[in-house]
Amino acid sequence: MSQVASEPVTAVETPIRLQYRYTAGHATTRFLRALTEGRLLGQRCPRCRKVYVPPRGSCPTCGVPTDEEVPLADRGIVTSFCIVNVPFVGHAIEMPYVAASVLLDGADITFQHLVQEIPAAEVRMGMRIEAVWAPREEWGPSLENIRHFRPTGEPDAAFEAYKEHL
Amino acid sequence: MAERCAVIGIGQTKHASARKDLSIAGLVREAAIRALDDAQLSWADVDAVVIGKAPDMFEGVMMPELYLADALGAAGKPMLRVHTAGSVGGSTAIVAAHLVQAGIHRRVLTVAFEKQSDSDPMWALTVKVPFQLPVVAGAGGYFAPIVRGYIRRSGAPADIGIKVAVKDRQNALRNPYAHLHIEDVSVDKVASSPMLWDPIRYLETCPSSDGACAMVLGDESAAQRAPSPPAWVVATAMRSEPTMFAGRDQVNPRAGQDCARDLYRQAGISDPRREIDVAEVYVPFSWFEPMWMENLGFAAEGEGWRMTESGATAIDGDLPINPSGGVLSSNPIGASGMLRFAEAALQVRSQAGEHQVDGARVALGHAYGGGSQFFSTWLVAAAKP
Repeated sequence: MSQVASEPVTAVETPIRLQYRYTAGHATTRFLRALTEGRLLGQRCPRCRKVYVPPRGSCPTCGVPTDEEVPLADRGIVTSFCIVNVPFVGHAIEMPYVAASVLLDGADITFQHLVQEIPAAEVRMGMRIEAVWAPREEWGPSLENIRHFRPTGEPDAAFEAYKEHL
Repeated sequence: MAERCAVIGIGQTKHASARKDLSIAGLVREAAIRALDDAQLSWADVDAVVIGKAPDMFEGVMMPELYLADALGAAGKPMLRVHTAGSVGGSTAIVAAHLVQAGIHRRVLTVAFEKQSDSDPMWALTVKVPFQLPVVAGAGGYFAPIVRGYIRRSGAPADIGIKVAVKDRQNALRNPYAHLHIEDVSVDKVASSPMLWDPIRYLETCPSSDGACAMVLGDESAAQRAPSPPAWVVATAMRSEPTMFAGRDQVNPRAGQDCARDLYRQAGISDPRREIDVAEVYVPFSWFEPMWMENLGFAAEGEGWRMTESGATAIDGDLPINPSGGVLSSNPIGASGMLRFAEAALQVRSQAGEHQVDGARVALGHAYGGGSQFFSTWLVAAAKP
């Protein structure tokens, strides 16, 4: 103690906690309610016809409301991915893990999710995947209802099918 | 008619993983004093201060510009804060330049900084979005799939990223201010470094740095009285685009292409590869060099990697990229963009020391930020526009 006390203090750690109240809004609320029933719900832009999931209630390109709802399958393709080997506080996922950009069939935008049940080194761009859902009793209003995605074993999608999503 | 604007003073800190000898105020002051000394000016000569840094939650100091006003001699003077994520150092310099070009001020001190040792950027960049699975791990985790997309789309050889890393790390050995000086850097050393965010290796990644950069920008009469050759600001351009929209091309973002096109149009440049002598480009992960070569119009789409492979981007190549060692060698995030702009100015003033590119007359400074959605660029020249 005395040795430590004799050294000058150059820094102190002061952790800060911020508590947010998140207001989901109309489109996200409908998306999250559907998730509690095991369904994936997107929205189509009336102008450019692009399907957004999760929906945000408006099209960022056209600037118009998106109120046409589109049920989406819980399967699609990996457009690109990262094999994560970096440990840090706050992540409970075992490494290495694959963080993938997932393009659901019928959607026009990707979201990030895990790909498992396959060695990381074997994951491919264009690989067909399907959702593995958590047990129903654990479902809540969250994409975390999907534990991860796994390969379906179908042939990979051609590069042309996802080159607009990189 | 807009006033002319020139860089008449440049200062930067010695960048390091932890500048424990300095507070944030001391850090910005070290860079600012060097810039004033370079211009042979005093605090009293400065009309206004424009400051930038990356998001406040990094260091957890909210609106630090308020407390830094005294350290930067800004009490009683106009002071402006700029926010554009990682590109902020560039945008901050551009805002300062516009204040001069608009005839509002004659001499503006512009400063940018980051004190990463006071912060936890990995945490700050790993935002837990409600109702989603937290899978993205820091900036590397965000950009790695985009790099993979580039490699797939361009068919680039797998070792291009390694070549960029070796080049920039060797360039840094010529720059006394650079954070990383890896004397024995080699292809083998980079290739065998740990794969952090596959396909990005440890030595293909920027460090976390403490550092600051400052410039004094002046109007034509200030430039005429400056003790050193001025770097004339020929053109400035900024663009942004949303982070997420269907069909967004994150490998070669539209905003970056538009930004470069606007810059060249203002400067009357039709062939940037030939007409620009040297460029300092924001490359935090090595693969972004070939990606930005295409985005900036130096190479056709899918061909940027050939510039790296052929040695065109080396310090003795036909278009040296990042002779200072770049972001890969020093990354005080908020300052990283301004360092690109300042290093471009140093080149056309022939004051870049051992990393000087012979005969540099026209130089590009470039920065990007956020999810590849904010872009800022400027062109500086030895000759008055």
